[in-house]
Amino acid sequence: MDKKRTGVIYGVNGPVIYLQGKSDFKMSEMVYVGEQRLVGEVIALDKERTTIQVYEETSGLRPGEIVEASGAPVSVTLAPGILDNIFDGIERPLERIADKGGAFITRGVSVDSLDREKKWKTHLTVKKGDVVHGGSVIAEVPETRAIVHKCMVPPEVEVAKVVDVVPDGDYTIDEVLVKIQRSNGDIQELTMTQKWPIRVARPVHQRYPASVPLVTGQRILDTMFPIAKGGTAAIPGGFGTGKTMTQHQIAKWSDADIIIYIGCGERGNEMTQVLEEFGELVDPKSGNPLMDRTTLIANTSNMPVAAREASIYTGLTLAEYYRDMGYDVAIMADSTSRWAEALRELSGRLEEMPAEEGFPAYLASRLSAFYERAGMMQTLGGATGSVSIIGAVSPQGGDFSEPVTQNTKRFVRCFWGLDKSLAYARHFPAIHWLTSYSEYLTDLSGWYTDNVSPKFVDYRNRLMSLLGQENSLMEIVKLIGADVLPDDQKLILEIAKVIRLGFLQQNAFHKDDTCVSLEKQFKMMDVILYLYKTSRKLVAMGHPMSVLKAEGIFEKVIAIKYDVPNDNLQLLDTYKTKIDEFYNNVLAKNA
Amino acid sequence: MAIEYLGLSNINGPLVVLEGLQDAFYDEIVEFVVDGNKKKMGRIIELYEGRAVIQVFEGTENMSLVNTHTKLSGHPMEVAVSPDMLGRTFNGVGVPIDGLGPLLSTDKRDVNGLPLNPVRREYPRNYIRTGISAIDGLTTLIRGQKLPIFSGNGLPHDQLAAQIVKQASLGDDSDEEFAIVFAAMGVKHDVADFFRKTFEESGVSDHVCMFLNLANDPVVERLITPKVALTVAEYLAFECNKHILVILTDMTSFAEALREVSSSKGEIPSRKGYPGYLYSELATLYERAGIVEGTKGSVTQLPILTMPNDDITHPIPDLTGYITEGQIVLDRNLYGQGVYPPISVLPSLSRLMKDGIGEGYTREDHQGLANQLFSAYAKVGEARNLASVIGEDELSPLDKKYLEFGKEFEKRYVGQGPTENRTIQETLDLGWELLGMLPKEELDRIDTKIIEKYYPREKSSDATE
Repeated sequence: MDKKRTGVIYGVNGPVIYLQGKSDFKMSEMVYVGEQRLVGEVIALDKERTTIQVYEETSGLRPGEIVEASGAPVSVTLAPGILDNIFDGIERPLERIADKGGAFITRGVSVDSLDREKKWKTHLTVKKGDVVHGGSVIAEVPETRAIVHKCMVPPEVEVAKVVDVVPDGDYTIDEVLVKIQRSNGDIQELTMTQKWPIRVARPVHQRYPASVPLVTGQRILDTMFPIAKGGTAAIPGGFGTGKTMTQHQIAKWSDADIIIYIGCGERGNEMTQVLEEFGELVDPKSGNPLMDRTTLIANTSNMPVAAREASIYTGLTLAEYYRDMGYDVAIMADSTSRWAEALRELSGRLEEMPAEEGFPAYLASRLSAFYERAGMMQTLGGATGSVSIIGAVSPQGGDFSEPVTQNTKRFVRCFWGLDKSLAYARHFPAIHWLTSYSEYLTDLSGWYTDNVSPKFVDYRNRLMSLLGQENSLMEIVKLIGADVLPDDQKLILEIAKVIRLGFLQQNAFHKDDTCVSLEKQFKMMDVILYLYKTSRKLVAMGHPMSVLKAEGIFEKVIAIKYDVPNDNLQLLDTYKTKIDEFYNNVLAKNA
Repeated sequence: MAIEYLGLSNINGPLVVLEGLQDAFYDEIVEFVVDGNKKKMGRIIELYEGRAVIQVFEGTENMSLVNTHTKLSGHPMEVAVSPDMLGRTFNGVGVPIDGLGPLLSTDKRDVNGLPLNPVRREYPRNYIRTGISAIDGLTTLIRGQKLPIFSGNGLPHDQLAAQIVKQASLGDDSDEEFAIVFAAMGVKHDVADFFRKTFEESGVSDHVCMFLNLANDPVVERLITPKVALTVAEYLAFECNKHILVILTDMTSFAEALREVSSSKGEIPSRKGYPGYLYSELATLYERAGIVEGTKGSVTQLPILTMPNDDITHPIPDLTGYITEGQIVLDRNLYGQGVYPPISVLPSLSRLMKDGIGEGYTREDHQGLANQLFSAYAKVGEARNLASVIGEDELSPLDKKYLEFGKEFEKRYVGQGPTENRTIQETLDLGWELLGMLPKEELDRIDTKIIEKYYPREKSSDATE
């Protein structure tokens, strides 16, 4: 940088400040505002004035204070130390801010994103003379017990030759590990650290179609509405319907390698809970604490609104970085509506022409750009990695016709609609089976056939069809009561109840029920359908439903989720015997 | 500092514009002197070089473009704090109005507060026993929580809040210091009096700090009242180690005031004319509840808001519900049937409940029992709908049992006396007694072992223990 480019504050309006006159700032450039050096970003430039959004509280700023350009767009630092950490919306570690400024977040705290003193045990994977390109792994660092951090050549390097390598040992993130010579003869020094602008997607080699499910251990998701690795899903629901709970469950139990949890404009206590809980809970796969594979981005609702807007992109960029190492990353964005509202608030301050409900006209394009950064990719380094995005939507008044839900629906392929009446009856997860859908079902059926059972998708469809039949029967029941229905229809209602209570409903606080393997899910479906088949035979012989119900077998099947522990699935096989006994009992008693 | 500016360039509703200002900063407090004697206070809400838009707390009556002198105070909105504030009454901006003289304290705090760092929060886990079954059993209040009461005009939200204050203050660990910060925004005189009287009757008035902005007080002052109150609450909790219960009433007036100022500023409205930043504004208030790691105190919030037209999807209750950790919803129908407190059980919720109940806190069966009661009561609704179509006589025996259960549940579990103070044991046992009206097979939300242990064995209604 030659001389410092600066400007002078002319006006302040909430998180937006104006500079007068033509400046030589760049669009999207990061700037330092005022004596306290608050972080800001240039969002509009014209001949008369420059507009800057400030990521911190602006009270106390005076016209006349200096704004200084940083020379780079708003970026994140990428290096070991990201996992098992909690950041604010612009990648400042909250732990460090607290050490420096106390329990309350003060302004203008300047801290490094990552620990620059810590020495990491480093294993170099290249040697002198190797040819590398953008994305090639140059070193491996065990970042946490669960995850090996792969340091890569920055994506912009095309082809280069390694000219110098340090031996294995302990290094900080700023120490030079490798020197490479690029094709134009320039020598470039590589450390563990990369910087990347948050609003730009990291490049990949190519995109793969969805073919592997993200297994979450939640029956209604895995069986009914699966999401693929690299897929996108939206969870819309009014307050209290369980968006956050569903996201917590996925973050805890899904088989992704890395979880990026973005608390965007949500509650402070919730972030504290995630921090506490994930530090204690153990990942069933690796046996390590869940925090070892988790990064939290916390921009709670009382933190500055501009940083809330940025937090989504910060999380996404971190996710892409780990994807480039070949990991499957899942992003929980809670909630995208808060992010959209931050857009609206800033747009209002900029006096832009509003579109629907005061949201800016570019809401749809921003949403699509966000969700399109998901995908299963072949990385520049040749590995396969994925970024899945699961976004909560908080529709105003629980009304799914509002702009954020509607626009999100256009760009996601999985829609898990939460239902108020289910939540009121404490049926959790309150995902409604009739309003939800997953477009991945056909893409993934091959995987289910190969890895679980060829019958899996068929069983799933049969359950869905029973639930559909129940729904249309309920229309009649609402008018005339269930008693007048013929017995075969009563049976459908009874079996649908077993499916709803015994299968779809899942207790997140029960040690066996909180996460269920696909094998158990499949066997549970098998038992339920077997019960249906057997009962149908009895009903066809003329036995009334009241007789069938008196045997108590329906309750037993509902209780499978609690009664069969996850480590003793053989127990499930005994249920078919029980159903056979039930069949014989009914026949014997009513011969 | 001593520069005084004479005159104004524009007055529009509660906003004035002043030109030629030097060295002002954003969010600074200014003092006006009108006609040489009347003092007013204002806050800079928009600032350009030499031109400031100022919000006048006391309203712009009597101000003209020539009769006003303006002085910069050099600081943002601050309030003096001291442990002596308990037992005192202040106006909406923190000036004593109880005739006991000014507050002798030089210790001042910025009312805007600062966001509490999530890594330094302590996750709330201690439940507060309120003695009200519908709350203790189904939507448990936790220390450090923000749990609003969604009410309507004419419903007994004030009585409910007062009962909670009375009974919670006499909780199991009454040796800990407990205090109440009460902030009234645009409420009627009799409501303020009701609370004052209740505090006196229950002998807690020495532990109450009241901030009153009544219905006929200046509208803009309302915007600052909850901030002042919460600043004092934070001070008392985190610096004086007290457990503070903050009652904010009525949040609807706060939001209305925000809309009024926003529209005078000519801002683009989002929903029902409310500004786009209503969510952020509400959040900066509600998020000030909590517990700071390493301090003994806590701030628990009990905001009251009246839903316009009883509509829970109205932007104010809607946005509030997205920020707070649950809600207690009052229902006009129940109230009409003489049920007090008329808590509508199904939409009510406490998000922090799950971690503050169960073994080691209340009793092992609490979570399952609560879920089952919710689910059974949801079925009561279905049975009632059916009964209204086909008549009660045509219902199946099971549905009839549910109707019976629903009636008893509303009468005995939800309903209780305004001075009745139930222990958690009583509440839980009552729950089981009511579930005993239903066949055991219907209990599908509780672990089988717990059912065996607690389900009333004999169908005879009276348990001897």
